[in-house]
Amino acid sequence: MTPKGVSQLTKPEGMLTWRDLEIGSIVVEPGNASQYQTGDWRSERPIFDTNKCIKCGICYIFCPEGCVEQNAEGYFEADLFYCKGCGICARECWTKAITMVPEEE
Amino acid sequence: MEKYAVFVPKLVTKRENFAPGHRACIGCGEALAVRLACKPLGQRVIIVTATGCIEIISSQLPYTSWRVPWIHTLFENTAAVASGIESGLKILMKKGRIAQQEIKVVAMAGDGATSDIGLQALSGAMERGHDFLYICFDNEAYMNTGVQRSSATPFGASTTTSPAGRVSIGQVTWKKDMPAIAAAHDIPYVATACPSYPFDLMDKVAKGAATPGPAYVHILSPCPTGWRFAPDLTVRLGRLAVETGIFPLYEVENGTYRLNFDFPKLRPVTDYMKLQGRFRHLSEDVINKIQQRVNREYAKLREKVK
Repeated sequence: MTPKGVSQLTKPEGMLTWRDLEIGSIVVEPGNASQYQTGDWRSERPIFDTNKCIKCGICYIFCPEGCVEQNAEGYFEADLFYCKGCGICARECWTKAITMVPEEE
Repeated sequence: MEKYAVFVPKLVTKRENFAPGHRACIGCGEALAVRLACKPLGQRVIIVTATGCIEIISSQLPYTSWRVPWIHTLFENTAAVASGIESGLKILMKKGRIAQQEIKVVAMAGDGATSDIGLQALSGAMERGHDFLYICFDNEAYMNTGVQRSSATPFGASTTTSPAGRVSIGQVTWKKDMPAIAAAHDIPYVATACPSYPFDLMDKVAKGAATPGPAYVHILSPCPTGWRFAPDLTVRLGRLAVETGIFPLYEVENGTYRLNFDFPKLRPVTDYMKLQGRFRHLSEDVINKIQQRVNREYAKLREKVK
C-alpha cells in the first residue's frame, strides 16, 4: 500500500536500511515523510455519510494530518494511510455526517 | 481571490507544505497550526525551527515533512539564525550573487523556545528590525520532553515539574504575556491566533509575512497529551479558550490594538478548565481567583482597544 501522489525516491519505512542513508544524513527529497504510514496508530476510523455531507470542507480544514481530501464527486474522505483517528472531524462536522467506529482486526 | 476575505474551507489552497506522515500525537493542535500557517506562506519561504515538538515530529531521519526550505536550530538562537538568513539574503541580492526576489524568512518556535530560552535572541532581532516573521506555537509547557513547566504555563496547571498534590496547586506563577512583550518592542505587527479560528490564523500569518520589518504571531495550540484531554476536543478547547477570555484574539498594528473576536459576555473559565486533566485538582476559590484575573486582563485589553 503506497500513498497517492508521492514520488518514489525514498523507500517506505519497512524497506529502508542504513545503506539508504545519504552521507552526512542529508534528506534529499522534500516532504518524503508522506512515505511514512501513520494510519496504523489508529484505534477508531471515521466513516463519512454522503447523504448528510454538504461538501463544506470543515473536516478538511481541521484535520491535523491534512489527510482529508475531496474526491471526484466533491465529497470529502480521509486517506486512511495517514488518518490517526483523532476524531476532530467527527466532532466539528456541522451536519454530524462523520461517525467514528472502532478499528477491528 | 486575494482581495476578498474567504471563509469557505474548500477554497483554501489544497497544497500541503507540511506533508502528512509527521509523527505528531493523535489530535495535535500544534501540527494543525503549523499546517494552516504553511498554507498562506507559500513556496518562497525559508523556515527556521527551534528545538521542540515541531522539529521532533517533522524531521525524523530519513524523513522530513517540509516541502519548503527548512533549517533546524537550537532553543536559544532561533531568532538569531532567522535574522542572519535575512541579512545574508539581503547582501547576496545587493551584490548580485542571486537574483532580486522576495523570500520570506519565518521562524517557528514553541513557547519554551520563545518565552524562556530564546527570549534574548528574539528581543535582539526585533530591536534590530529584521524583516522576518516569528511564529510562537504555544502549548503551555515543554511537551516533547514530557510536560515540564515553562513560563507560559498557566496558573494552577499540573505538570511533571509543578505537580499538584497536598502541598501545591501546581504552577504557582501566572502565564507570561509574551504578545505584550513583543508589542512593547514597538514592532509593526503583533497578533494572537488559534487554529480553532483557521481563517483568522491564515490571515494573520499572511499579514505578518507581508509586513516589512519584524512581525510576531502567537498561536495557542491545544495539546491533548500535556493538557490531558480527549484528542477530539482539540479544536473545541481552542475555541473555549477564546470564548472564556483566557486567550483573546487581537492584533497590534503599528501600536493600534484591534480585538478580532469580542464577545458581549464571556463564558465562565470553568467551561474551559473542566475538560482538562491538568486543572482537575483546582478548588472553587482558586478557580474564582483565575476568573477574576481573566476578567481584569480582558478589561485591560478592552481599554487598549478603545
